[in-house]
Amino acid sequence: MTRQQTAKPRWSELAVGCAVTEAGSARHNRTGDWRSSRPEWDHKRCIRCGVCQMFCPEGCILFSPDKDFPSADLEYCKGCGICVHECPTACIRMVAEEE
Amino acid sequence: MEERIGMESSIAIAEAVGRCDADVVAAYPITPQTHIVEHLADMVANGELRAAFVPVESEHSAMSVCCGTSAVGARTYTATSAQGLALMHEILFIASALRLPIVMSVANRALSGPISIWNDHSDVMSDRDVGWVQIFAENGQEAVDLTIWAFRLAEDRRVSLPVMVHFDGFIVSHMIEPILMPDHETVRGFLPPFEPLLKLDVDRPASIGPVGIPDIYTEAKFVQHKLLVDAYQPIVETLDGFGKYFGRHYHPVETYRAEDAEVLLCTMGSLSETAMTVVDSRREKGQKVGLMRIRLWRPFPFEDLYRAVGAVQTIGVIDRAVSFGGPPGPVASELKAAFYRKPQQPRLVEFIAGLGGRDVAIADFERMFDTLLLVRKTGQVPPPSFVGLRE
Repeated sequence: MTRQQTAKPRWSELAVGCAVTEAGSARHNRTGDWRSSRPEWDHKRCIRCGVCQMFCPEGCILFSPDKDFPSADLEYCKGCGICVHECPTACIRMVAEEE
Repeated sequence: MEERIGMESSIAIAEAVGRCDADVVAAYPITPQTHIVEHLADMVANGELRAAFVPVESEHSAMSVCCGTSAVGARTYTATSAQGLALMHEILFIASALRLPIVMSVANRALSGPISIWNDHSDVMSDRDVGWVQIFAENGQEAVDLTIWAFRLAEDRRVSLPVMVHFDGFIVSHMIEPILMPDHETVRGFLPPFEPLLKLDVDRPASIGPVGIPDIYTEAKFVQHKLLVDAYQPIVETLDGFGKYFGRHYHPVETYRAEDAEVLLCTMGSLSETAMTVVDSRREKGQKVGLMRIRLWRPFPFEDLYRAVGAVQTIGVIDRAVSFGGPPGPVASELKAAFYRKPQQPRLVEFIAGLGGRDVAIADFERMFDTLLLVRKTGQVPPPSFVGLRE
């Protein structure tokens, strides 16, 4: 999946009433930039049960085919910490984002 | 065809809404708007108006329903007053931001407290900045006419914004007066069917009212401001169209005997009619006094104001609301802002009058004109005053 960063719209390019008139607009509206901390997994303790993935309200925790362990897509992760709270082995911790 | 009938203004407004083929009326009754909503409920119950009447439990819900029904493409009407308008407050911004062409009658009434059901403009001024087109009617005929016009303007695809039609509670809303009431077919000839710019449609899914992140919000607000400013031209055009079609002409700012006037009094709403009587008697005495009536409140008609004022150097402004701790008159402060852009400013004499149903009688206008003539002579502008205040 390739993502293209679209330019921020000019005022004249906004839809009527800022409506969203096409499906899948979150593909180009990346919304992870207000996160103040991000989850990190301790692979020694992770049992790859997928509980973090199921509880993630953003649906941004992924088991990608080339990785053995889950990770958060940081272009959408808001840093809410629900994964940390729900992890049965307490293998996830929140790490502060540096400026 | 039009029929001349004696009718209470509120009933006439409801009849006009019926003749505009409103699809939805969602409203909560509040004095002095009640008769409008009651009559519309009767019309729907009697099968005279094929519309959904939504008896909501509050004005907050009324405006929320209006947003929903307007968003699916239904011609939507509501009416309120004072506390009711205040309770709608947060949703009013949403209606305009989402470009929903809702039409609302506001029977202007004072805000509590102390509790007052009587007329002034404190409700209007509290909702000055909600992004709606706002226009004033001075009598029942104007309220009927501007209600019909409001649907036309709101639904104009260049505009697609909600419109408030203001008229004074009781003084206009409960007055029985002869009204030229156009029949259904005549109104239809002026008001084409509603074709929304954007609507909620299962065949073309859209999400209306999403989050606007900081990257978008500034642009969104600029668009709203520009839309309302740019609505001026369609407003003038449709008022002109209304005049040609119905023979009754309305303008953003209107004057009365202002030609060659040396002092002007500025009013908004039904006070203008009493003021005209006083202007007439002053003119008979040879005093060059005139009246300037602001009809269009938002978008503010700056150019019309400059034209109406012309070279007049002394202007009195009647405000029917108080910006507590502020200028204190909202209309006067608007005029001051308008003239700040000009190299020369007229002297502005500020009156606060007619609060919470206090009559502004002929004698009050006489005193105000006396003050204006004195200011013209001496050049000394008194501080803002509360007309008729017992000291």
